[in-house]
Amino acid sequence: MVIWSPGGTLSQPLVSSRTCFESATKMATTNSRSCLQYLLHLAHDNLDFRLPEIKALLALRGKKFQPIENFKEKVRKTNSPFWCLDGLSEEDVRGIMARSVCAKSAFELWGHGQTHSELRTSLLNYPLEHMSPFMEKHSTYRINVYTFNKTLEFTDRIKKIDALDYLPFEGTVSLKSPQHVFCLLEDYGTDPNDIPDHPYYIYFGRWIGDGQRELIRSHSVKNRHFIGNTSMDAGLSFIMANHAKVKENDVVFDPFVGTGSLLVACSQFGAYVCGSDIDYNTIHGKGRSSRKNQKWRGPDENIRANLRQYGTENMYLDVMVSDASKPVWREAALFDAIITDPPYGIRESTRRTGSHKDTAKPADGFYMESHVPVSQAYHLSDIFTDLLNFSAHRLVMGERLVYWLPVYRPDYSEEMVPLHPCLRLISNSEQTLSSHTSRRLITMEKIKEPEEQDSLALGADPSLSPYQGHNAFREKYFSGVNKRSGKEENKPEVNGE
Amino acid sequence: MKLLTHNMLTSHVKGVTKGYPLLIKATEVKMNEVEFNPQFVSRMIPKLEWSALVQAADELGQRQDLPGELVPDYEKNEDFLKKVHRLLLEVEVIEGCLQCPESGREFPISRGIPNMLLSEDEA
Repeated sequence: MVIWSPGGTLSQPLVSSRTCFESATKMATTNSRSCLQYLLHLAHDNLDFRLPEIKALLALRGKKFQPIENFKEKVRKTNSPFWCLDGLSEEDVRGIMARSVCAKSAFELWGHGQTHSELRTSLLNYPLEHMSPFMEKHSTYRINVYTFNKTLEFTDRIKKIDALDYLPFEGTVSLKSPQHVFCLLEDYGTDPNDIPDHPYYIYFGRWIGDGQRELIRSHSVKNRHFIGNTSMDAGLSFIMANHAKVKENDVVFDPFVGTGSLLVACSQFGAYVCGSDIDYNTIHGKGRSSRKNQKWRGPDENIRANLRQYGTENMYLDVMVSDASKPVWREAALFDAIITDPPYGIRESTRRTGSHKDTAKPADGFYMESHVPVSQAYHLSDIFTDLLNFSAHRLVMGERLVYWLPVYRPDYSEEMVPLHPCLRLISNSEQTLSSHTSRRLITMEKIKEPEEQDSLALGADPSLSPYQGHNAFREKYFSGVNKRSGKEENKPEVNGE
Repeated sequence: MKLLTHNMLTSHVKGVTKGYPLLIKATEVKMNEVEFNPQFVSRMIPKLEWSALVQAADELGQRQDLPGELVPDYEKNEDFLKKVHRLLLEVEVIEGCLQCPESGREFPISRGIPNMLLSEDEA
């Protein structure tokens, strides 16, 4: 991004035939400012997760998602990173940016068009009273140029800024510490192999704020105190917390807590967090380290220390060793969000307590603190049935369950997503893992209190059939990998020795 | 284990009908300072089983002058909220166990972490 300002000071008189707000000038400025439009610039990754995130953050503020353009045509099909939204206040936009990890920046949209002359017309039609507070004589400002899918020469960027000389800037340029920042954004499409000479679309606006992309770096698992083999990456953890509408003073629970990555993210957003896991060693931070060059876990490697690392130990409630298939929580609406990454048996085993064998009873009253009951395979379909039933009972009304569903892509259809009479499906976003496998982030919202008939019977939901035979799913999941590696083995070795 | 967590836990031993609240037998209790957040405490109070909190505080000798009944207008009573805050979030059972009031089954707590796993024939 290049920083520059229009050449010289400007005093081109603006045509007074300005639109809709002409008569509204006498109205309180706050009133007229409420119908402004805002431009979101989204990061070009985790594409499938962006819309549910922004919608959830809007829902947290009681707002609807109102795109100004034909969103399906223009944005969804092309995956454009620029979204124009209606019906919001600047406070709403700041609220969203204070949470979003999908959005890079937000702007008050002043003008837009397919060509620079369209942009000019659009900008000249923008009500002067909305611009002038930011262009006053003694103010300082700067203009940025951002091009998506194209890199411009420095001189070309300057030219673009100079071409904006029809705007009535009266302040002085300050590149280092401007009071107001403006941005010209050009969209050159999303195909890096077909970059047009001229942009498909151009926007100009006043910068409002940046999103929380920084959290992805600052909370990177690489620098985290306590991690495991399946620790969720920071970006996705924050996305999950956003999909779950986690807010300040919530109580959030993760029934497959592992090393607590999701709790770290939720605590960052002001929620009190607790979790459970069947794995005694993980919960106590014992056993083998997941780090290279380190054989055993250190003395203080645990979830609480992770929260301490990020300054959110105040938000730590508890973790415990417990079996998700046998809930230990009293039956009440205890949690404001349930957010979890269940074990699929791919990189960690799926277990629950219980045995097929007849085992000898321990001597009465004698329970070893570290007694680990025999665990048996926990079928994937049962994991999801248990999780949905648990959520229907323990979630506060209107609050959300967010979890990952593993998918064998050739077999996937939307009907496979488990449903529950008390939970409404809100979003379903895919993260591709390989050509034949992916996982889907499922978000559901509690819409009614469960009655007796609302309980899903284990294994009764036909939609779960692909997850029924747990091992069958695993076999499929790995089949592609095996095939491919098989092929590679058969390849003649190029560097053969 | 904090008493807020204890307030939400119940026994899940097979066949038990009155598994709440779990009795606390502590051999080590620690006070761990947590930032006071009156909004959170006010938000949690209606979700609590008050009598279970009072009982737990008694068992740990931490009740002090906590009333047996929830006081009216507690949202505005900072002194009261601070007491509840201390009990819910600052008192921690480090070593000991939780006991099912009906079956007598004990769930060990070690290094502050309860182990709620049941053996094969209890679940």
